[in-house]
Amino acid sequence: MALLQRRPRTDPAPSPAPPAGRAGTGGRGRVRRENLAAYGFLAPWFVGLVFITAGPLLASLYFSFTDYSLIGDHEVVGLANYERMLTDTRLHSALKVTFVYVFVSVPLQLALALALALVLDRGVRGLALYRSVYYLPSLLGGSVAVAILWRQVFGAEGLINQVLGFFGIQGEGWVSHPDYALGTLIVLNVWTFGAPMVIFLAGLRQIPAMYHEAAAVDGAGPVRRFWHITVPMLTPIIFFNLVLQIINAFQTFTQAFIVSGGTGGPSDSTLFYTLYLYQRGFGAFDMGYASAMAWLLLMIIGGFTAVNFLASKFWVFYGD
Amino acid sequence: MATETTFRGPRTRSERSRRLLIHLGLIAFGLVMLYPLLWMLSSSFKPTAEIFREPGLVPQNFTPGNYTEGWTALQHPFHHYLLNSAVVVAGSIIGNLVGCSMAAYAFARLEFRGKRLFFAVMLATIMLPIHVVIVPQYILFAELGWINTFYPLIVPKLLATDGFFIFLMVQFIRGLPKDLDEAARIDGCGHVRIFCRIILPLSMPALATTAIFTFIWTWNDFFSQLIFLTSPDMYTVPVALRTFVDSSSQTSWGPLFAMSVVALGPVFGFFLAGQRYLVKGIATTGIK
Repeated sequence: MALLQRRPRTDPAPSPAPPAGRAGTGGRGRVRRENLAAYGFLAPWFVGLVFITAGPLLASLYFSFTDYSLIGDHEVVGLANYERMLTDTRLHSALKVTFVYVFVSVPLQLALALALALVLDRGVRGLALYRSVYYLPSLLGGSVAVAILWRQVFGAEGLINQVLGFFGIQGEGWVSHPDYALGTLIVLNVWTFGAPMVIFLAGLRQIPAMYHEAAAVDGAGPVRRFWHITVPMLTPIIFFNLVLQIINAFQTFTQAFIVSGGTGGPSDSTLFYTLYLYQRGFGAFDMGYASAMAWLLLMIIGGFTAVNFLASKFWVFYGD
Repeated sequence: MATETTFRGPRTRSERSRRLLIHLGLIAFGLVMLYPLLWMLSSSFKPTAEIFREPGLVPQNFTPGNYTEGWTALQHPFHHYLLNSAVVVAGSIIGNLVGCSMAAYAFARLEFRGKRLFFAVMLATIMLPIHVVIVPQYILFAELGWINTFYPLIVPKLLATDGFFIFLMVQFIRGLPKDLDEAARIDGCGHVRIFCRIILPLSMPALATTAIFTFIWTWNDFFSQLIFLTSPDMYTVPVALRTFVDSSSQTSWGPLFAMSVVALGPVFGFFLAGQRYLVKGIATTGIK
């Protein structure tokens, strides 16, 4: 309703319903009008919820119990897709690759982010410049262009091997070697430590200086102050970064797709979960199986986030 | 010699040299981090053979030829893809600004039935991976005949499906003084006018952050553009680059690098122009 009231601007012109009358309708009229206005403002969001987010979420649960190739009708097959997962060795390697990626790259990335935030927080002149320089890779890291760069840098005749050549070392073709290809993508994710670093910096600013001063007066050295003041006060931020980066890392797609040319190779060593999902759904149009995979991913991410939240009770310190 | 005494103590000679060491370390680390990017920029002006030989930053045989060659290497000239990306990005920015600010106004300023539930649902959608909804979305858009158009990329933004930005704006609007709305309401303003004439103009920082992040994310987005854009006519820059890298042999890395530099350029430009909003945006909401 409220949306229909939009009129050309007629600045101080009195509105058709004088304020006195509005007040006179009492609380209930106002509540009703506010309800209607709110639903009006939320109308696009509701449509999006039904057709773009929550609706498709439920629809993909339904499709996960079907066999559907996009052409013709779908057929309900019960748990067949989920049973297939148990014996799908490519799915197993995709899970393994993704887990290794998440649990190696995220801790390294966060450790680097925290280390640099601590250095920069000590009143270094030119903080803004350093912060920008370190943050830049976070903005570019997810792009196709940087993935192309990575493919060259870690290629057989790439930048890394040219540099190694100076020292007389004959390097591998890192991206084309099954043992090292995943490592190059882990390096790429660690390289984008700038975003969590900025969040750490903001968190460090929140720690009152008087805590450090009081501890210093009591004779605590820098190391003890770090472990007994900085770390506990920063745990909510560490937790926040951890949850966010794990969720992000599970969804990595572009880098693996470009570096492996869409195959996940060599020998499935960069077959990230989302890449395999893409191959099943949009390469083979195996939509039922892709939907089941999507729900497994949701369960995994949801599970890890839940475990993170439960575990946080034991190590995250929320003041008082 | 600085003589004033701060909490950190007097600046002695050793203190100063320690600071110098920290700076040297930070600069060296920054250079190592940026080196691949700088090297790609310089290599885009090298003949391809030199790219695979020369790890230095100075081109031995400077040539802009990679750019002219890369520009025309694909089915369409490269500005075709730039233009497509620009359309998708502009539509997404407008969509996010309109859709998310409307939803944010309702959540931040209005009381209505189901508010807490809907707000919780909205927060939950932030964590929803696109891979989980992509199959039904694809089926829906295929039914509508929208595959290989820009609609699947833009319409969802207009429908406020980027919960991050709703959350960002809700936080911002909650920080605005409520007296202004109250005064306007007493003067007889409806919600639409309060929203358009008071809240939106005051929310410029949040809107700017939204616009900048939407620009960078949409410009870099690959997954959904790869899925929904199927013919070279509609390709955006990332999808075009992907066909370039797949079709290219060892000999065309120069042009490939040149077009990659072109693809990164706008993001870099927005980064320089919008740093203030970017840093604030990440610091307050943790978005990447």
